[in-house]
Amino acid sequence: MSQVRVLVGTRKGAFILTSVGKRENWNVSGPHFAGWEIFHLKGSPVDPNRLYVSQSSGWSGQVVQRSNDGGATWETVGNKFLYEGVPGTHQWYDGTPHPWEFKRVWHLEPSLTDPDVVYAGAEDAALFRSNDGGKNWEELAGLRKHGSGPHWQPGAGGMCLHTIILDPSDAKRMYIAISAAGAFRTDDGGKSWIPINQGLRSEHIPDPTAEVGHCVHHIAMHRDRPEVLFMQKHWDVMRSDNAGDLWTEVSGNLPTDFGFVIDVHAHEPETIYVVPIKSDGEHFPPDGKLRVYRSRSGGNEWEPLTKGLPQSNCYVNVLRDAMAVDALDKCGVYFGTTGGQVYVSPDAGDSWTPIVRDLPAVLSVEVQTLP
Amino acid sequence: MMVRVLLPAHLRALARVDGEVKVEIEEPATQRNVLDAVEASYPMLLGTIRDHATQQRRAFLRFFACERDLSHESPDALLPEAVASGEEPLLVIGAVAGG
Repeated sequence: MSQVRVLVGTRKGAFILTSVGKRENWNVSGPHFAGWEIFHLKGSPVDPNRLYVSQSSGWSGQVVQRSNDGGATWETVGNKFLYEGVPGTHQWYDGTPHPWEFKRVWHLEPSLTDPDVVYAGAEDAALFRSNDGGKNWEELAGLRKHGSGPHWQPGAGGMCLHTIILDPSDAKRMYIAISAAGAFRTDDGGKSWIPINQGLRSEHIPDPTAEVGHCVHHIAMHRDRPEVLFMQKHWDVMRSDNAGDLWTEVSGNLPTDFGFVIDVHAHEPETIYVVPIKSDGEHFPPDGKLRVYRSRSGGNEWEPLTKGLPQSNCYVNVLRDAMAVDALDKCGVYFGTTGGQVYVSPDAGDSWTPIVRDLPAVLSVEVQTLP
Repeated sequence: MMVRVLLPAHLRALARVDGEVKVEIEEPATQRNVLDAVEASYPMLLGTIRDHATQQRRAFLRFFACERDLSHESPDALLPEAVASGEEPLLVIGAVAGG
C-alpha cells in the first residue's frame, strides 16, 4: 500500500509526518534538530530515503544534514558555502552597494537523476551545487555574475534564492527565483542565465516592467508540461506558456492576488492552488478566513476551498515553500501555517483536515509519495 | 596539553556530546589552537563557531574563561594559564538574544 511522508521545516525543528494512502491517521516524528530553524528539507526523487535538510540558527549559522534512511538517522555534511572569487556588491535596501554575504540556505533541490547531486538556494542570493551528497559545495556563479547582479535588492525577508525547479525533460534547463530580483533560467546546466521577467509588472519599483527587481514569491511547474510555469508574485498570480519568456496575469477573481505559495495538481496540469493573503502589510488571510483557492483552468477562474479550514478569526500566514502535493490518486494537497498547523486535503482540495495543530511556525512543507 | 571546552547546548547536540569536551592541543594555548582542535575532533562544528569565510567568531557566540570575557582577544593571544593547564574550561557561550 502506498504511503506518504510529509517533511515539515519549522522555526524550531523538523517534523516528519507519515501515513498510509488513505491519509487519515498520521504518525508524527520530531522535533528533529530541536531549536534550530529548518528552512527546508527535501527527499531525492530517485532515492526517497535520501533526505537533505537546511538547518540554521542566528547563533551558529548554517548546517546541512543528510539522512540515508528516510529520517531515522542523520549525519552532518558540508556547510562551506563560499562565493566564487571576489563576491562584489548588490544593492542594499537604501540603494547603496552592500557586500554579498552568505547567511543561510532557503531551499535544497535534489537532482532528478542522481541522489548525490543537490542544489542549494542561498541568501544572499546564489545557487550552489554539490556532487557528493552535500559534503562539498560549489557556486554556480554564472547566475550571480549575470550583469544585473549588482542591481539586485533584498525583499523584506532578505535577498534569498528560494525556488529551484529542474526541468524533467531537459537536464540542462533549470529555473530559479530570487526575492527581489525575479526569475531566471539557464539552458546550459547553470553556466549562463537569462532573466525571465517579461510581462511582470511591479508598481513598487521605479520601473514597473524592469528586466530585474521583481519580488517573485514562488514558481511551480507540472512535470508533464515543463514549459508551463505558474508564479505567485508579491502581488499578482502569473503564468507562462513558453518557459518564462513571457508572463501573463491570471489573478482573475481572487479576493486578493498577494500571497506566497502556489502549486500544481499532480495529475491535472491546469489545476493550480494558491492561498490568498490580504496584503504585504497584513500577512494573514482576508477577513480572517483561511481559504485555499483552486483554478481548474490554469488561472483566471478560481474557487474557494474552505471545508475543514477555519473561517473566522484566522490570522496565520502560509509561507512560500509551505505547500506541496502528493502523487496519489486522488491527489493530496498539503500546506503549513505560521500558526503551526499542517493541513492535508486527500481529495485534491475539496476538504481539509489538520494533521498537526501546534507545531512551531511552519517554514516549508514537502511530500514524498512512497510505494 | 589537554584543554577543556564547554560548548553551548545547541552545539553539544550538534556534536552529539554531553557536558564538556576535552581536546589535545599543541602549545601555545590560544583560542585559535583550541578551536582548531575542537573542529578537528568534531568536524560537524566547522563554521558554527567561526565563520567559514572570515574565520571570525560568530557575533552571537562569546568566549569566557576564569570569569573573564575573552571574546575580543586576538585569536592568537594566550589563554589564561588555568585553561592551558586544564584546571578551568574555555566557555563558548550563546548570547541571550532573540526575545
